[in-house]
Amino acid sequence: MTDALLKVDGLSKRFGGIVATDDLSLTVARGELHAIIGPNGAGKTTLITQLSGQLRCDSGRIQFAGEDITALPPHTRSLKGLARSFQITSLFLDLSVLDNVALAVQAHAGHSFHFWHDARKDDALRQPARAALERAGLSGRADSPAAALSHGEHRQLELAMALAGHPRMLLLDEPMAGLGPEESARMVAMLRALKDEVTILLVEHDMEAVFALADRITVLVYGRVIASGVPDDIRANAQVREAYLGDADKGGVHV
Amino acid sequence: MKFALTPRNLVTAALLIGLALLPLYVALTGDRFMLTLFTRIVILAMAAVSLNLILGYSGMMSFGHAAYLGLGGYTTAILSFEGVHSGFIQWPAAIAVSALFALAVGALSLRTRGVYFIMITLAFAQMAYYLASGMARYGGDDGLSLESRSTFAGLIDLSDKTTFYYLCLLLLFASIMLVWRLTNSRFGMVLQGVRSNETRMSAIGYPTFRYKLTGFVIAGTLCGLSGALIANHTDFVSPSMMFWTRSGDLIVMVVLGGMGTLFGPVFGALALLFLEQFLPALISTAVEPFNPAGAAKAGEYWQLVLGPLLLFVVLFARGGIDGMLRALSRRGADAERARHD
Repeated sequence: MTDALLKVDGLSKRFGGIVATDDLSLTVARGELHAIIGPNGAGKTTLITQLSGQLRCDSGRIQFAGEDITALPPHTRSLKGLARSFQITSLFLDLSVLDNVALAVQAHAGHSFHFWHDARKDDALRQPARAALERAGLSGRADSPAAALSHGEHRQLELAMALAGHPRMLLLDEPMAGLGPEESARMVAMLRALKDEVTILLVEHDMEAVFALADRITVLVYGRVIASGVPDDIRANAQVREAYLGDADKGGVHV
Repeated sequence: MKFALTPRNLVTAALLIGLALLPLYVALTGDRFMLTLFTRIVILAMAAVSLNLILGYSGMMSFGHAAYLGLGGYTTAILSFEGVHSGFIQWPAAIAVSALFALAVGALSLRTRGVYFIMITLAFAQMAYYLASGMARYGGDDGLSLESRSTFAGLIDLSDKTTFYYLCLLLLFASIMLVWRLTNSRFGMVLQGVRSNETRMSAIGYPTFRYKLTGFVIAGTLCGLSGALIANHTDFVSPSMMFWTRSGDLIVMVVLGGMGTLFGPVFGALALLFLEQFLPALISTAVEPFNPAGAAKAGEYWQLVLGPLLLFVVLFARGGIDGMLRALSRRGADAERARHD
């Protein structure tokens, strides 16, 4: 077994009578791109939210790089190298694109109790921010207000911000959501380039992208893992077909 | 960024130069009243500048900012009453008391958001108000007069009105300078990030609470200093300076002038106090031809005009006065570009 970077044990979360996460266990090995798929309401985003710490789990344990992070607040997890992107674009819309990424860099550059020097002229923040924008393919828009970007560019900015802190692991919540075919293809190419450097947990509805990128896939239904394995196994798994992908001839997956 | 001769920059420069030259105008015309009015404007502008740091730049809707005016004022007045006249003791004490109060209020209120935050800051300010009303030794509801203005070991004489005005103006400029540096620093970027999207800030690794609390305390402290000034200006403090409508006035100044802009609160303070001062007479004059007997009475309803004016600003000129100037500047720049093309 390869070296586990993220290990989830018996994670559970309910909202009233609804079980969003049901005794979920999951291991993500260092360096792999692990995709989570499942129908709407399967608890994919809830899982990401618990991993990043915005939501407390009811029971279970989350280990990151060998350390128990179950009780840690979001910002501490982020500083330990667990970065998250949001499904619904969550940016600093009234700041410039470069400011957005520079804030992400600054978060990892020690405390921010610096009261006098102009942060916008600080190369220690601006250079890495520009580099992250470059990698996300957004350097041309550095000085635009974030609000002026297209949806596709917002997704790229999300990625740039997640990358800015040099995370050990990225939690990506539907990075292709709402993208056109061309933008999707560009995002896939970007993620493929990234997966050599950083471990990725990818929640995504775009099956083509998932099967093109993932080393392993976990299938979630009603908050419960029904299958986990390499893409070929998942594609062949009868239970998965029934529960989620639909019959092959109905055209659930064309891979 | 280069300094360009846009309407916004010109008006701002005119304002600053006008403020600096005001005593000259007073000396020439002998209009002492203008000096009194403008001293008040400058002091309250400083309070508004401090509120703008948390309200405008960090999105913290504090509804109890007048409490710091009162705390700074009362600290000064009480020390004076007890025989301590030195400003070297009074003013640092005013600053310290305000800072401690802000620390306590912030530590509790900043754990909440939205309406709850507004209500808690309001409640603390009202507590300070009732506390002052209950201090029988220091005048209770009637307030407390200052025997003399703060003394600074003969270095500066605050009973000279022109000197006092310049001291207030200097402190206003220093506050603006401070806010300018703060808001562009790493610390200020965090505050602006919190205003924009606090959830995201904690997701990318910021413990937002401690930054918000620091900003809250800086703003309260700065406002406490302006409280020490206002006590010296009026030679009097009373609980009413902490009443919640006073906090409302400060918010109006910031919103009217332009939230999250450097000079907006100064414009706002100037505009609000001018309206307060001259609108009643203006209304009376306007009503007189129609109803000579009721003209004086009509002036008392000046807030009926102020209300719609504020509505107009909120609905149609979101950026306040500074926002209007900026829009004007942008239009000018566009026209310029069109001419060149």
